Amino acid sequence: MTPLVELKNISLSFGGVRAVDNVSLDLHPGEVVGLLGHNGAGKSTLIKILAGAYQMDEGEIWIEGKKVNIQSPRDARRHNIETIYQTLALADNLDAPSNLFLGRELTTRFGLVDDAQMEAETRKIMARLNPNFRKISEPVSALSGGQRQSVAIARAVYFNAKILIMDEPTAALGVHESKMVADLIKELKAQGLGIFLISHDTREMLDLCDRVSVMKNGALIGTEKVGDVTEDDILSMIIMGKARDAA
Amino acid sequence: MTDTTTETGTDTRPSPTAPKRSFMNQLEIDTRLLGMIGAFILVCLVFNVLTDGRFLTPRNIFNLTIQTVSVAIMATGMVFVIVTRHIDLSVGAMLATCSAAMAVTQTDILPQVLGLGLGHPLTPWIAIAVGLIVGTLIGAFQGWLVGFLTIPAFIVTLGGLLIWRNVAWYMTDGQTIGPLDDTFQKFGGINGTLGETWSWVIGIIAVIVALWALWSSRRNKISHEFPVKPLWAEALVAVIIAVGILGFVAILNSYEVPTARLLREFEARGEVMPDGYAAAYGIPYSVLLLIAIAIGMTVLAKRTRLGRYIFATGGNPDAAELSGINTRLLTVKIFALMGALVALSAVVASARLTNHSNDIGTLDELRVIAAAVIGGTALAGGIGTIHGAILGALIMQSLQSGMAMVGVDAPLQNIVVGAVLVLAVWIDIVYRRRTGGKS
Repeated sequence: MTPLVELKNISLSFGGVRAVDNVSLDLHPGEVVGLLGHNGAGKSTLIKILAGAYQMDEGEIWIEGKKVNIQSPRDARRHNIETIYQTLALADNLDAPSNLFLGRELTTRFGLVDDAQMEAETRKIMARLNPNFRKISEPVSALSGGQRQSVAIARAVYFNAKILIMDEPTAALGVHESKMVADLIKELKAQGLGIFLISHDTREMLDLCDRVSVMKNGALIGTEKVGDVTEDDILSMIIMGKARDAA
Repeated sequence: MTDTTTETGTDTRPSPTAPKRSFMNQLEIDTRLLGMIGAFILVCLVFNVLTDGRFLTPRNIFNLTIQTVSVAIMATGMVFVIVTRHIDLSVGAMLATCSAAMAVTQTDILPQVLGLGLGHPLTPWIAIAVGLIVGTLIGAFQGWLVGFLTIPAFIVTLGGLLIWRNVAWYMTDGQTIGPLDDTFQKFGGINGTLGETWSWVIGIIAVIVALWALWSSRRNKISHEFPVKPLWAEALVAVIIAVGILGFVAILNSYEVPTARLLREFEARGEVMPDGYAAAYGIPYSVLLLIAIAIGMTVLAKRTRLGRYIFATGGNPDAAELSGINTRLLTVKIFALMGALVALSAVVASARLTNHSNDIGTLDELRVIAAAVIGGTALAGGIGTIHGAILGALIMQSLQSGMAMVGVDAPLQNIVVGAVLVLAVWIDIVYRRRTGGKS
């Protein structure tokens, strides 16, 4: 089966630092691949290359068997890649519908933004993702961490993503909200999306992911099926920076 | 919307329908705007008392509006610049360059190159087009320096302040150029007004359009099953709008043209003025221009993608970029728009003076920035309204004219205006803190 995404020998340097060093990864439909590693291991940089926020120095990105050229977030969206950033990337002064549709506003036949329509769509998707969400027309700065997270997730899910990148989606959330995100990941996976998940919570990763890839100092240490490894195996990969066989 | 108890009340209710709300909430009027209108009315009343009723005469209100137009037009553009966390210190100098370009075009270039003299029907329009092109190009160039070369806007426009002020000087050798074309001068204020009848026509059309807009927005909300305000509140807002518009027209219409001036006009046409003939000025063209710009800029801010991107970029530039917005090109567009508005402002300013003078627009950048900031535009970015900036310009102008009428010394006038600017921003900070950082 053709992988949904293939990242081949990706490298990117900032100044003299090799933030991503010759990393290859793939992702299949209906699969969750977890990226693990210390802060600064290069996980976020790698997925930002796929999301179009950074441009790689070397390497190739293949989507559904075709080589693609992703130069900007707009390119990534065109290939149905949606990203939930660690920072959420919300414009705090705008309300939830404006953020959800930012860059892809619905317009009336006169070419003006159709706020009413966007608000209605936002209510619909929010009813599904977070039924407690009420502050539709408040600036998102007035929302709680969990509510802000739901806006960011809604933005990624609404536009029929095939490839979803989630960078620390549960970092700012409470137990109950984390559970909602976990359920959502399972639901999207069942719908056939491919998901790259970044998290520091090793146990959560083993629970949600099909495979986990460990990075250290920009390089890929190894990729393992979760059934084949224990939490301790993963932790030693993260800390020692050695593949399991060699350990 | 600012009352914390009702806010939590609406949050916890499962149904969005008919939560109990306070009087102000039901009207859905921006309390901040209301505060500014209150401050404006207070300023007017105080000066009216101090001048023994001379401040609130039709004549002075007419003068106030035409004096405000030039700064107000530029303030609407400055809102977008400041919302995206930039600043434009060069608007006064750009105004001088645009004004010089238009003056030279009508008095020098057109007569010599095309043989079109002053008074030719094409002269004013070609001149205005030249001004618009010059302003837009200068603005776009400065925007390119800021957006693509990432030079801070403060530096680019500080340089621009020196450059364009002296480009204007160089173009005219520092001379005053005038008189300008008669039709061109009609944009200045008192030399071009609608007259009584057309003022009423425009006023009534404006009321109809405003009521229609209210009604269609309500219908739109109902069609999406959103909560709407009660009918009595809707009606009250409609009445306030209608009274406001027609009241404004009535005031401008009650400022009558002096008899001596009417006599001269009749003489110029070779006619004799009938006994008891009277005419009122009505709405000046420059004020109509400002209103048109205000409506256009408000629609741009609230109802277009460009406007949405401007506010998103101001709120969080990184998020805007990650959403696929080309923030660099956006910066060029914003500064180009600022330049075009400066050009229109230059038309009004030089037409009001009936000539181009070398010091035209001096210190306007500070007045424009102050108007935008008093009008609630936050220098931190992301927050600001067009109507606020215009009201800010009006408040500034009222203070200045009022103090001049009372006979306050010039240095004291500027001291007061400076203090009011600082005070207004402080009140705004306190207000925002109390209401939870909302716009």
